[in-house]
Amino acid sequence: MAMAGSTKRDYSLVGESTRLAIETGLASAEWYHTDVPRKTMKELMQRSDGPAIRDTIIWIVAILGSAAGIVWFWGSWWIVPFLFVYGVLYGSSSDSRWHECGHGTAFRTRWMNNVVYHIASFMLMRNPVQWRWSHARHHTDTIIVGRDAEIAVMRPPDLVKAALAFTGILDFRYSLPILVRQAFGTLSDDEKSYIPEMEQHKAVTAARWHMVVYAATIAVAIALGSWIPLVLIGLPRLYGTWHMVLTGLLQHIGLADNVTDHRLNTRTVYMNPVSRFIYWNMNYHVEHHMFPMVPYHALPKLHELIKHDLPVANPSMWHAYREVWPVLLRQLKYEDYYLKRELPPTAKPYRGEFHDLDITAAAAE
Amino acid sequence: MAEWVEACAVEDVDEEDVIRFDHGGRTFAIYRSPEDAFFATDGFCTHEKAHLADGLVMDDIIECPKHNGRFNYKTGQAKGAPVCVNLKTYPVKVEAGKVMIDIG
Repeated sequence: MAMAGSTKRDYSLVGESTRLAIETGLASAEWYHTDVPRKTMKELMQRSDGPAIRDTIIWIVAILGSAAGIVWFWGSWWIVPFLFVYGVLYGSSSDSRWHECGHGTAFRTRWMNNVVYHIASFMLMRNPVQWRWSHARHHTDTIIVGRDAEIAVMRPPDLVKAALAFTGILDFRYSLPILVRQAFGTLSDDEKSYIPEMEQHKAVTAARWHMVVYAATIAVAIALGSWIPLVLIGLPRLYGTWHMVLTGLLQHIGLADNVTDHRLNTRTVYMNPVSRFIYWNMNYHVEHHMFPMVPYHALPKLHELIKHDLPVANPSMWHAYREVWPVLLRQLKYEDYYLKRELPPTAKPYRGEFHDLDITAAAAE
Repeated sequence: MAEWVEACAVEDVDEEDVIRFDHGGRTFAIYRSPEDAFFATDGFCTHEKAHLADGLVMDDIIECPKHNGRFNYKTGQAKGAPVCVNLKTYPVKVEAGKVMIDIG
C-alpha cells in the first residue's frame, strides 16, 4: 500500500489535471514494455478468423436460443434462467466483443471486426465512433487523470455508485441520454477533446441510427401490446450488465494512477473458463495493455511468456476484490492512497533510469 | 531532388515484415511484402508517435502497435479510425542486394 503526493484530482478532460498531465509529460508518454523478441511477438500478433468465428457462432446461437426461451416461457417462472443467460450475453459479453473488434484483433478479416463491433456497440448503448476514440485515448494515457476518458472508479471512490453499476441502472441512465444528446447533434467538450473534428459528424450519425432502432423497438412493443421487444432490446443493458462490471472493474480499480507502467496501474486476474469466454480473455489485462496487438486468444500464451516481469496475478476475482476493498475504504479519507503492485525480483523496475542513477557519485560531484 | 540512401540489406527484412531505419534524425519503416517487393514509409504512425516497425504486416497493410491503426504501406493510405492522415511513402529500389530509398 502506498501514498502519493496529496492532490485533488480533476477528472475532466479539459481541466487542471489535463494541463498538468501535458506539462509534466504524462500525456502521450513512452510506456514500459517487457522485452519480447520480435520473432515471438510477430507470432503472437498473427491474426486468424477461426477462433473468433467459432466463438461468435456460439455467442449468436446462445443469444438466439435464450431469446427464444424468453419468448416461449413468457409469463412463467421458467423464463428466469433464459433471462439470466440472455442478459449476460447481451449486456456483458457484448463489452468484450466491442473491445476486441474495436482493436481489430478478434478477426483477421476487417469487415467481420466491424460488423461485430457495431452490433456490440448497439447492445452496450455506446456510440461506436465516440467510444473508438475514447478507447484509443485510454490506451495512450491509461489512468492518467485528466486524460483517460475511461476511468471507471475515480478517487475518492463513490462506493454507492460502484455498487449500483452492477445493476446497470446508472450506466443506463448515463448512456441513453448521451446517445439522445448526440443524436441531436451535440457533443460535449470532453468528447470533442478526443474525437477529431473530421470524425465528429460520424458520431452524430451513429447516435441517430441507435435512436432509430430504439424507436422502432418501442413502436413494435406498443403495436404488440407486449414488453417482449424491450426485454430483448435495450433492457438487457439493465439486467445483464453485472458480469461486465464484475470483471471490468478489476482492470484498474484501486491501483496507481499517473504512472507510465501498466504493471502498476492494471491488473491480471485468473478467472474461470465461463467468465473468460464472456470476457474474451481480457482478464489478462496487463498483457493486453502492454501489447494491444495480440489477439484475445493468444493472451494466455503471452502471459506465460512475460509473467516473470509482471506482478503476480490475482488467483481469482474473489481474491482481487478482497485485496482492493480495504484500499477503497481508505481512499474515502485519503484519495492518494493506492494499492502498490509488487514487482517480482525477476522484473525490471519501474523507471529503471532512476534505479540506475549513481546517487553517491552524483552527490560527490 | 532525389537523394538515395542505403537502408538495409535485402535479407535484413523478413517476408511480410517491417524494420526501422533511422537516417539524418528521421525515422523510416522498410517493408517487404508477401510478393517479395520492398516499400518505405515514414517510421511513425500519423495518429500518435509510435514506431510502425513494431507493428504487424498483413498483406499490404501495416498495423500500428499502439492503437491498431491501419495503413496501406504501398500507397500510404490511412484505412480508418484511429488513423485519419495518410502515411508518407518513399520510392524504393534494390541494387546489389541492398535496399535503397529516396528520401529527397
